[in-house]
Amino acid sequence: MAILVDGTERVLVQGITGREGSTRTRLMIDYGTKVVAGCTPGKGGAVVHGVPVFDTVVEAQAAVGPIDISVVFVPAPTVKEAALEAIAAGIKLLVLIPDRVPLYDVLEIVRVAEQHGAQFVGPNTVGVLSPGRGVLGMVGGRAELARAWFKPGPVGIVSRSGGMSVSTAYYLGKEGIGTSTIVHVGGDAIVGLPMPEVVKLFEADEQTEAVVLFGEIGTSQEERVADLIERGEFTKPLIAYIGGVAATSGMRFSHAGAIVEGDRGTYEGKVKRLREVGAYVVDSFHDIPHVTKRVLKRRRG
Amino acid sequence: MARLHEYQGKELLRKYGINTPEGQLASSPEEARRIAAELARPVVVKAQVWVTGRASLGGIRFADSPDEAAAAARQILSLKVRSFPVERVLVEERLSICRELYAGLLIDDSARRPLLLVSSVGGTGIEEIARSQPEKVARLHVDLGEGVPEAKARRLVGQVGIDDPLQTHVADVLVRLYQLARGVEARAAEINPLVLTTDGRLVAADCRITVDDYAVFRHPELGIEIARELNHPPTLLDKIAYEVEKNDYRGTFYFAQMEQGFEAGQGYIGFHGAGGGGSMMAMDALMRRGFKVANFCDTSGNPPASKVYRAAKIILAQPNIDAYFGSGSGVASQEQFHVARGLVKAFREENLSIPAVMRLGGNGEDQAVEILENYTRDLPAPVKGFKKDDSIETCVEYLQMLLTEQKRGEKREKPIRRQAPAPLPEKPYQFDIRTGQIIYDHALCAKCETKICVQVCVPQILKLENGVPVLAITREEAKQGGCIECLACEVECWFHGHQGARILLPIPGLDEYLRAQSPLQGNPRILKF
Repeated sequence: MAILVDGTERVLVQGITGREGSTRTRLMIDYGTKVVAGCTPGKGGAVVHGVPVFDTVVEAQAAVGPIDISVVFVPAPTVKEAALEAIAAGIKLLVLIPDRVPLYDVLEIVRVAEQHGAQFVGPNTVGVLSPGRGVLGMVGGRAELARAWFKPGPVGIVSRSGGMSVSTAYYLGKEGIGTSTIVHVGGDAIVGLPMPEVVKLFEADEQTEAVVLFGEIGTSQEERVADLIERGEFTKPLIAYIGGVAATSGMRFSHAGAIVEGDRGTYEGKVKRLREVGAYVVDSFHDIPHVTKRVLKRRRG
Repeated sequence: MARLHEYQGKELLRKYGINTPEGQLASSPEEARRIAAELARPVVVKAQVWVTGRASLGGIRFADSPDEAAAAARQILSLKVRSFPVERVLVEERLSICRELYAGLLIDDSARRPLLLVSSVGGTGIEEIARSQPEKVARLHVDLGEGVPEAKARRLVGQVGIDDPLQTHVADVLVRLYQLARGVEARAAEINPLVLTTDGRLVAADCRITVDDYAVFRHPELGIEIARELNHPPTLLDKIAYEVEKNDYRGTFYFAQMEQGFEAGQGYIGFHGAGGGGSMMAMDALMRRGFKVANFCDTSGNPPASKVYRAAKIILAQPNIDAYFGSGSGVASQEQFHVARGLVKAFREENLSIPAVMRLGGNGEDQAVEILENYTRDLPAPVKGFKKDDSIETCVEYLQMLLTEQKRGEKREKPIRRQAPAPLPEKPYQFDIRTGQIIYDHALCAKCETKICVQVCVPQILKLENGVPVLAITREEAKQGGCIECLACEVECWFHGHQGARILLPIPGLDEYLRAQSPLQGNPRILKF
C-alpha cells in the first residue's frame, strides 16, 4: 500500500527547467514515478527528460489531463506563488522541496491549502519515497542508489531530518527490514504535514506494521505524536530517536514559547512524553535496527 | 533566528507607534555619563546581550546620577556573558512602575498560525504565572487574511480582566505589535514587561524580537549581519565563515562557535558535520562520551571541495581544540570524495597536529576514505576515515583511543613547524576559478611523468599542450563554473605529479584573525613563517 506515493499518481514538477528540478525529475522518472508534465513560466514548449513543459499549471492540466501531485523546485522566494498556483488549479498534494522559504509565506500557503482541502509536505524536505513504487523529490539522490539502499517492507519512517530519513532506511535495510514509505516532513518549524499527520496515515496503511521516528529538539511534533498514542489514535509500535541533547545548551526558547508549550520542544520533554505512552525511545541511533527487529518479531508473535 | 538586541527591538517598537523609555546606546562609561546627564533623572543601565536573566548576572544596574551611571556602565562593560564580552549598554530613564503586563506574538507550530498573547501580569516569571494562573493569560490565533482587528484585541484584553481606559491602550499595543511582527516577519515579538507608569503612560520596558532568518533578505533596513540562529552575537570567525557562505551559493556551509577561551586538553572538539540531523546525532554521540563541542559546522547539499576546504580551515583556526571530528547522516547521496579532497588540502596546509576522525559514509565512500587516509599519512597527527557501515559510536570510540594514545606520547608538547609554502613560479600559467585561482608551474609540469592532473580533472577541462597542462575551455568558462573546484588536480599532483599545481582559495579575514592570536596562548598549529 504505502502512503502519499505509490507510483500510480500523475505528477507535475514546478520549476522543472532549473538545475535541481531537472536533475531530480530524472531521478523520479528513473525510479518509476509518473511525471506527466513540468511547469516553468516562460519556458512553455520545452521538453525536459521527455516531459512536456508548460507556462502555467492550468495549461499543463488542459494538455495532459488531471494532475494528482505537484513537486515544487522553484527558488525559495517564489515557492509561495508556485504553491498557490497549484492549489488554485485543484492539485491536492504538494511537495515543497526548497529550504529557506520565508515563514509567513508558509503560513499563507497553510491558510490557502486549508481553504481548498489541499495538503503539502515540506518545505525544506528531501521528499517522500515508497520503495519499489515511486519517489517525490530527491530522496536517495539517484535512482540506482535509491534502488540499492531502500527495500519494500513493513516499517514506516518519519523524520525531521532529510539525511537521517535516508540513513534510517538504509540501516534498517541492512538488518533485512524493509520500509513502506519514507517521509521527510521538512526541517522547518512550520511544515505542511507534521509528524502526527504522517503517523495517522501510517496507522491507516495496511503495509505498515511499525513506525520509526527520527525526531529533533524544537517544535511540538513529537509530543503530539505521543498525544495520538495516548488517545488511541495511533496503535502500532513506535521506535523513536530524538536528536539534539548536545544542542540544548545553545538553544533558548522565548518566554512566549515557554508560555504556550511548557516543556514541549526540549529533548528531555520529548523523550519523557514518548516513553510515558509506551514508545521505544533509543539513546543511540545505532540501536534503531535491532530494536525494530525485536518489536516486529514480538508483534508478529 | 536572527535575534535583535533590546535596543534594536525598541527602535522598531517606536517605529510602529509603541512607547519605549527615553534613552540611548553607550559603548563606554563616558557615553553612559553623558546620556544620563542629558536625561537628567534616575536611569537604568542594561547590558545588550542575548541572555535571559540579565539582572541576576549583574547586567542591569540602577543609577541616580551621571557618575553612578558611568560606574554602572564600567562594571557591566567588563562582564562576560557565556564567554562573550558585553560591548554595549542601553542607558534609559528609570520608569516609575504602577503595574506590569505582558504582550507577545509568536508562531504556534501546532496550529500553524500566529498566536497573540496578553497577560494581566508581566515581568520575570511570566512562564510560571501562565502555568499556575492560566486565567491571567489570554490567547488569540490570528488569521493572516484578517490580521488583528481592534475589536478582537479589546475582547482579548478584556478576558484577563483589564477594563477601560487601560483596555483600549493595551489593545492598541497588541494591534501594533502584530503589525510590527507581520511587517518585519518576526518569529516572535514580545514586550515584557509592558509597564503602566505611575503617571499613566503605557511603555514597553523590555522587548525581545526575532526575525525569520529566511525573510531577512526582504528586510535590509534591519541591518542583520548574520541571518542565522546563534545564541551569541557573531564572533569574528562566525563572520569570516558567513562571508564564505555568502560568496558561494553551491551547497550549504554553516559555522557557529559555541565556546571560546578554553584550554588544550579540556576535550573540546572542532566539529565538521554534514546535514542538520546527522550533525546533531554526531554531536550527541560526542557529548555522551564526555567530549565538548567547540563549534557547530555543517557542509552539505553537495558543496564543492573548495567550500569544504574553507570550512576545515576555519574550524582549525580555533585555538586549543583537541581533535577534529565529523559525520553526516552516514549515508550521503553527495559524492564524498569531494569532501575528502577539501579536508586533505586543509589538513596538509595546516600540517595537522591534532587527531582527525571523519565518517564519510555514502556515495563514493571507498574512494573518499582512501583519499583522506592515504594523503595524510605523512602528517604529524593521525587521520582516520569511516564509512556508512561504521556506527557513529565506533567513530567516537576511535577518536577517544587516538587521544589517549596521543596523551601517552605527549606529542602535543612540541610545537610543530608548519612547512613554508613553496614560492610562486616565475612564469606561472594561471587562471581564475569561481572563488580563487589555479597556478601551474610549467617548468615543473614539463618534468612530470604522469600528467595526473589532466586525468583526474572531474569536469575534464584540462588538456596537454607541449607536454604541460592548459585549459581546454576558455578562461571565462573556467571562471564561470567550468572549473568546479574539485581540487583533484592539486591533491593528486602532490602524490603522483611533480608539485606543479597550486590552488589558491582565499578566505577573507582569516589570516588577520590568525595573526591576531598570540602564539604563546594560541595553538602551535597556527604559528606562521
